[in-house]
Amino acid sequence: MRQVPCRRGPAAAGAAAWLRGRPGMSDLLEVTESGLYCAAGDFHIDPWRRVPRAVITHAHADHARPGCDRYLCAAPGKLVLRTRLGPGATIDSLRRGESLSINGVRVSLVPAGHVLGSAQVRLEHRGVVWVVTGDYKMAADPTCDPFEPVEADVLVTESTFGLPIYRWPDPAEVAAEINAWWRANQEAGHASILFAYALGKAQRLAALVDPTIGPIVAHGAVAKLVRAYRDSGVRLPPIDGVPAGARSVGHGRALVIAPPSAAGSRWLRLFGEASTAAASGWMMLRGVRRRRGFDRGFVLSDHADFPGLVAAVEASRARRVLVTHGSTEAFARFLRERGLDATVLPTRFTGEAPPDVGADGGDDVGELEAGAADEPPVVEGAHGDGARSVEPVP
Amino acid sequence: MRRFADLYWRLDGTTSITEKVQALRDYFAAAHPDDAACALAVLGGARQSRAVPLPLLRRQAAAVAGIPAWLLEECYAQTGDLAETLALVLPPSDRLPPPDDPGPPSVTGDLGLAGHVARLAGLRGQKDEEVIGRFLVDTWRVLAPRERIVWHKLLTGGCRVGVSRSLLARALADLAGVDPATMIARLVARAPLDGAAFTRLLDATDAGPDGLRPYPFFLAAPLDGPVEALGPRSDWQAEWKWDGIRAQLVQRDGAVAVWTRGEDLATEAFPEIALAAAGLPTGTVLDGELLAVRGGHLLGFAPLQRRSGRRRVTRPLLVEVPCVFVAYDIVEADGEDLRALALTARRARMERVLSAVGAEPAAFLPPGATAPAGGPTATLWISPEVPGVGWDDLAARRVESRQRGVEGLILKRRDSPYGSGRTRGDWWKWKIEPLEIDAVLLYAQSGHGRRAALHTDYTLGVWHEGRLVTVAKAYSGLSDTEIVEVDRIVRATTRERHGPVRIVEPSLVFQIAFEGVAPSTRHKAGLALRFPRIVRWRRDKGIADAGGLADLARLCRPPLEVVP
Repeated sequence: MRQVPCRRGPAAAGAAAWLRGRPGMSDLLEVTESGLYCAAGDFHIDPWRRVPRAVITHAHADHARPGCDRYLCAAPGKLVLRTRLGPGATIDSLRRGESLSINGVRVSLVPAGHVLGSAQVRLEHRGVVWVVTGDYKMAADPTCDPFEPVEADVLVTESTFGLPIYRWPDPAEVAAEINAWWRANQEAGHASILFAYALGKAQRLAALVDPTIGPIVAHGAVAKLVRAYRDSGVRLPPIDGVPAGARSVGHGRALVIAPPSAAGSRWLRLFGEASTAAASGWMMLRGVRRRRGFDRGFVLSDHADFPGLVAAVEASRARRVLVTHGSTEAFARFLRERGLDATVLPTRFTGEAPPDVGADGGDDVGELEAGAADEPPVVEGAHGDGARSVEPVP
Repeated sequence: MRRFADLYWRLDGTTSITEKVQALRDYFAAAHPDDAACALAVLGGARQSRAVPLPLLRRQAAAVAGIPAWLLEECYAQTGDLAETLALVLPPSDRLPPPDDPGPPSVTGDLGLAGHVARLAGLRGQKDEEVIGRFLVDTWRVLAPRERIVWHKLLTGGCRVGVSRSLLARALADLAGVDPATMIARLVARAPLDGAAFTRLLDATDAGPDGLRPYPFFLAAPLDGPVEALGPRSDWQAEWKWDGIRAQLVQRDGAVAVWTRGEDLATEAFPEIALAAAGLPTGTVLDGELLAVRGGHLLGFAPLQRRSGRRRVTRPLLVEVPCVFVAYDIVEADGEDLRALALTARRARMERVLSAVGAEPAAFLPPGATAPAGGPTATLWISPEVPGVGWDDLAARRVESRQRGVEGLILKRRDSPYGSGRTRGDWWKWKIEPLEIDAVLLYAQSGHGRRAALHTDYTLGVWHEGRLVTVAKAYSGLSDTEIVEVDRIVRATTRERHGPVRIVEPSLVFQIAFEGVAPSTRHKAGLALRFPRIVRWRRDKGIADAGGLADLARLCRPPLEVVP
């Protein structure tokens, strides 16, 4: 595991202990009907309703909803967020190392390694530090800044893949598999259609594969974000769009990157005979691979795998951990057994099932993006298990 | 093992029959004959007894993976597959902990499938947990993760990968240059136990015995139009559609076989029938139905299921669920294939052969009838014709079906030959309409395999004294889109979770069809539905509109002792 850079002095132990002793009384963040809310600073993080002030961890649709008065995001992600929210949105940004005081709460944004501009939100108030990871991954990604561990008194972490069955293979190996599949399809005269989320995964894939094999073609939803990535300074290989009115594109040779919602659509007929594949962390499971009905499944996730989640929690040195998204209950219990004060933070979007292709209508950008990252677009009743939480081991 | 694992994943990765046959053919052409013989047994569904107790296997895997036991169970709940779960949580070979005992490893290099199977067999009966633990770690060390899944499946006793015997036979027949039916007969007559036998199996010139090969079953198609459209009633023979298991009895040279549909050999499961069949003249093949009958009463389908699929039947079970064979056709007599003869001629021949051994037309009392037990105890019966001059008469008889414990009528064209498969036109099943009730979704559980991440197993309930009580478990009959929608509602309305089972806030009403109601100790309601399936999602109904237990209790056969 990498070393934890010491970014600040030791946590204010006294205040933290006081906080732990009076849960709920002075928590810097709470879950409200609109989402994760910081009362002291009067702002929300990734709200799911319109609020006056939204701090955004990343631009996936379930984290960045339109309609708020004012947004704050990390500088590298500003263009991408603008692409998602439209020209009318008021978006402030923070560069790395910068901080902003909102009603006395010091806010800074630290790279989360999830997609371009994804950030962990660090909040400091009266000597107590909370960090909201947003979605994050530890694996290498040429299209965004790598995850940086941040120390915190309280860590709010995702746990989309919070079970030890999820351990990602080396992305370079996965890239080699994809290249081999693409080549084999070319030999058979088939196009290679790769389904991946339009924001993040698609660009990461384009940057990972070997562009000398053949043309890379992007679906419109992907192409729009490819432009935003390029305009943000990310280097990507040549990627063709599909001209309006085209009858046939890249026949038998191209690697087509399309959002999952394009599966089964007429648009795919442009490419003739094709082999289909999906790239997602859920492809780790045989049952999911089979159910999705694609010819191949590549294990490539923009979320941390189980060892990654554990490493991030350890690196934060947080004594109190709030777990949200995915296998929350299991992951929180696992952390409790390791002596942490870990509980489930019941947010609107949690669930453990992988997204189902074609099952959802798209969102404002016309694609299955509610599950943006690998997250299942599942609304679930709150079932926090705070009652089972144990006292932290001193 | 690597080669067999490759085959496993090739089979797993495709739904195309052609590709599966090709994968099998490639494997059998390249594999060492010993491994091939072994693969044939494994893929053919041969069940090995478990070499390692599952609790010990789980404990050892969790310990090696460095995770608590409960977390392994959480993982299992998500994947729905123990073999896969273990393979995913275990660290790669180079990061396995070194053994406590410094002795040499018990296995090195690629053993091959036969080697691994033999090694597992050698472990059977081993009680020393340390020895077993060492065995597991040593094996994990030589296996890549993709091989481990397959090995775990061998270890836990089931390696099903969607390959039927006929698919295996097709691949082998292709390799051997013989026709698939011959290959099936060869496989049944002498399952190859070692490499030498496997090599003989592929010998095209080996005539071999025809063995106890059955004929392909001729299947009836559901009647989909008005019965009058079949033409004059007199052209058709009508029989009851027995609620049992379709089977052929084969007697050749004193040896007997009981084949159930799908060409499964079930001789061991029905010893009394095999015994009775031994009394038939040599060269006889009868087509008919296996039924559970005690003291002249039909026992219904559920008890019969306790008999089928067993390699061994205990004496108490033989007494509790005695079985009979009701013949309705003869396809071979005196060693002669009769399939081309007209049904009337075959029927006459069948009655002659069976009368000679004392068989009579079947007349059974329905399940739970109050008439005294102690009726005839014969094992072989003749399926009687159902009389009735016109279609109207017959339709009137059909109405009696449920009361008689049968599923309706079978209509067979009198001048028809014994066909093959589901050729339409000569045999029709004219079933009674299923029973139906609206029931409320109470529990949901994720499926296994392909449906591991969706809730597709539903436990449904009906009203009883102001509460909902469970009466049936149905594996979804919904469309893929509806399944996803229900899954979402299940997650959103979960009240409690018990492992993979979610107790939901009752809100969804499904119309379910079923074939009957029988007493049950499994459901709290004291009864269970036979063959329940979801007909449709009643979005138009609220839970208050669901049916009541009393409606079901009235349909119960045998009747419930305490009617709610």
